[in-house]
Amino acid sequence: MERIPILKMGPFLLVTIQVDLYDRLALTLENDLINMVSKTEAKGVLIDISAVSIVDSFMGRILGNIASMSKIMDATTVVVGMQPAVAITLVELGLTLSGVHTALDVEQGMELLRTKIGQLDTDEEGLYDSFI
Amino acid sequence: MIVLSKEKLPIQKEQDVVLFRNRIKELATKIGMSLVNQTKLITAASELVRNMLRYGGGGIIHLEIISRNSIPGVRLTFIDQGPGIQDIPLAMKDGYSTGKSLGLGLPGAKRLVNEFDIKSEPGKGTTVTIIRWKNGF
Repeated sequence: MERIPILKMGPFLLVTIQVDLYDRLALTLENDLINMVSKTEAKGVLIDISAVSIVDSFMGRILGNIASMSKIMDATTVVVGMQPAVAITLVELGLTLSGVHTALDVEQGMELLRTKIGQLDTDEEGLYDSFI
Repeated sequence: MIVLSKEKLPIQKEQDVVLFRNRIKELATKIGMSLVNQTKLITAASELVRNMLRYGGGGIIHLEIISRNSIPGVRLTFIDQGPGIQDIPLAMKDGYSTGKSLGLGLPGAKRLVNEFDIKSEPGKGTTVTIIRWKNGF
């Protein structure tokens, strides 16, 4: 079965969605991600949707679910890289993704996650080393 | 209104949806529709095709390129032979769902297109037609 890979990076989980999502794939991701949060005790989840051209109500709901579930498990979710056309469409559709943190790109998303878990490192070079 | 091209696509399983979305994109690109308009059209179609699979047990979609006053557009007709919708005004309400969804599918799809028509006969099936014009209105 097709799966979206989840990468562990320090206290965070990284997901880059590079394929067009269909419902079952999105549901599998939701499941896998929550299991990974539990298994790795991750403090943050970053989902990059910059390659996703369509987010409809179902996928929007999955993103919301992932955020709510991770929150209950003490992890923060940030969705990054949403295409402008997708954002316009989502709001018109009636889905504002309230409760989901967003950032423009992966870098800003990581920054947001670090701030959220209070591990903000001012030393730029030391950012990644501090988690190894 | 003139029909410039017409094709049919059967939808029986979820994976067919990806193919269907790609085909709409090709048609919309062909008539020069902007990315935002394309995204709105494909998102609306995605909602409707999900309804068709979930409640109607699959069906057939007609994809057409049409033209009115020399403005081209894409018309999609979703036809299923499912149980039909008992109360259409209720189904068109934001937040109403007989399944476990958010209830944004039908009303959301309507907001994302220029023309929206729904016909349903309980026990016989449902037909939804949507049009999005190239210029967006």
